[in-house]
Amino acid sequence: MAACKKRLILLAVLLAVTGGLKASGYHAVHDARVAAGHHAVLEAPVAGDLQVSGGAGLQISGNDRAPVTRIISLVPALTEMLFAIGAGPQVIAVSSYDDFPPEVKALPRVGALLDPDVERILTLRPGLVLTYGSQSGLEVQLARAGIRTFSYRHGGVAGALQTLRDLGAATGHAADGDRKAREIQAQLDAVQARVRAYPRPRTLLVFGRQPQSLQQMYVSGGAGFLHDILQIAGGANVFADVRQESVQPSHETVLARAPDVIVEVRTRQLGAADVSRERGVWAALASIPAVRNGRIHFLDGDYLVIPGPRVGLAAEAVARALHPEAFK
Amino acid sequence: MTSSGSTIARVSAGPRPIRSRLAVTLLAYGALALVTCLLAPLVGSTSISLSRAFDRSIPFADNVDAQIFFVARMPRVLAGAVVGAALASAGVVLQALLRNPLATPFTLGVSAGAALGAILAISFGAAVTLGPLSPVPLASLAGAFAAAVIVYALATRPGRAMSTSVLLLAGVTLNSFFSALILFVQYLADFAETYRTVRWLMGDLDVGGFGPILGALPLMVAAFLIFALLPSSLNLLSVGADIAATRGVDVARTQRLAFLSSALATSAAVSLAGPIGFVGIVVPHLVRLMAGVDHRIVLPASAFFGAAFLVACDLVARTILAPVEIPVGIVTAMLGGPFFLWLLVRKG
Repeated sequence: MAACKKRLILLAVLLAVTGGLKASGYHAVHDARVAAGHHAVLEAPVAGDLQVSGGAGLQISGNDRAPVTRIISLVPALTEMLFAIGAGPQVIAVSSYDDFPPEVKALPRVGALLDPDVERILTLRPGLVLTYGSQSGLEVQLARAGIRTFSYRHGGVAGALQTLRDLGAATGHAADGDRKAREIQAQLDAVQARVRAYPRPRTLLVFGRQPQSLQQMYVSGGAGFLHDILQIAGGANVFADVRQESVQPSHETVLARAPDVIVEVRTRQLGAADVSRERGVWAALASIPAVRNGRIHFLDGDYLVIPGPRVGLAAEAVARALHPEAFK
Repeated sequence: MTSSGSTIARVSAGPRPIRSRLAVTLLAYGALALVTCLLAPLVGSTSISLSRAFDRSIPFADNVDAQIFFVARMPRVLAGAVVGAALASAGVVLQALLRNPLATPFTLGVSAGAALGAILAISFGAAVTLGPLSPVPLASLAGAFAAAVIVYALATRPGRAMSTSVLLLAGVTLNSFFSALILFVQYLADFAETYRTVRWLMGDLDVGGFGPILGALPLMVAAFLIFALLPSSLNLLSVGADIAATRGVDVARTQRLAFLSSALATSAAVSLAGPIGFVGIVVPHLVRLMAGVDHRIVLPASAFFGAAFLVACDLVARTILAPVEIPVGIVTAMLGGPFFLWLLVRKG
């Protein structure tokens, strides 16, 4: 328990320290909700059971052609993907952060990124556990118990679609995974086509700050899922030059970048009074075109920050905020 | 406590030398603080035109340079100066009160109380505001006051001198207790909020306007008015409560004022900028190493030097990796720590 706590503190401090310099606010959102990504790797505990191909795809051969029937997902984005590709009935437990789709509400919880309940996981006798890339300790433990893991880390939109396919292959739903990925790609293409004709407004995408203050703001840098969504939705990220998923800009930097539009995404829904109060906070930075022209948008819903099967919806929501004229 | 003899010697050496030494030292430290505060707003992550910033013919709302100068930089420098001065002074006072060179403004548990308040506000999305105070600073102020009241109640008995050892132990224990509560709240909260709370703990001077500073100012002013009464009594108190009492110091009153003023200053500083570490311990010791141990000099000199130190650290924090920033608490520790060790070794 003490060791676990220590690790939690260490991780928090580590995240925090890198946060000023690197990308961690965004990581945090994703690690928490835990997101999807490029580097999906299926790890076989028993050599020869599986052949895992390098690079893009994932191939399963030998004994494991038979679909896995008991899956535990510790990653909300992956849980959503499982349900989207028809593997929902195989899911026997999920993480403590899962709340979509509604079917997961009835499933047992087995902890999450920082506090996976290993005993519970083992008791449930899963055939496959979906883990986050930083949970290497858990992966080793599960491998020792002869349980396969699907380890992945979050990335951009392309990574999310690839993970969908990999997950399909790993769970006996390869065709469904493929189809779903193509379907989402089509949604994204449709959004992109719709806004293509319009000039790209310089956009600040905010995903966190102190309530009723512009202090300690987290915004999307020029890498990762939120940046991709902004690109697809026809915006030009004012922090595209900072090749990080998250940037913590000062008031000065935000003033200097002078965005035309500000989009704030929140997982927690705000009431109308809260929205107008939070919008009012921006008045302090009156020289920003977005503030002067009243182009500040508040979008809520966890689908906006989870790189799962709802990325099409997220792109459309952002596109509607940036280009209302394209959706008339 | 080898320095105590010389303190008394110097204190009783007569008014003339101390007065002129005081004037010269304060002039030097004051000038340092002033120059730092005047130069710091001229530099930033973006280059701005000062003539444009001060051009009254352009409406303020359209003048980016003016907004950067007056909304982003000036409040930030001012916050740095005020917080630096408050933490350094509180450090001096508490080191004398507790007769412990390791005491910091955070030793009394006030900052942990403030942190718990802030973290509750962040984790549960509090919406209560008071004047210029937004929810997080307000909650941290409430937490700081609660902690100060608890520690004070534990360490005082009516009509008797404060037990500094109880004060110290109660503060340290309260720090641990609040830290445990903070971890518990963080553990229950959503990860994104957890991250934000950890960020708060690293300190931040980018207050984005004069409002938050005005909110903290009444407490700061009260604290500094009390600080001004303390130096002579602190000189004697730092030698020992008994000696101070035989020389006519009202020990209980001095202790109370010292506690009250440092708690006020720390609460205001932490609610404004988060618990920025190292200023409260490094600055007083640096000043003592440079200017002697007389509190009539050390206290005001530390206030000035603390202001200059924090403003300079924040300048590094906001420019060195621009447009990305380093939390200022990391800079104070990374610059202050090694410098202090170097001075210590050199002196030793």
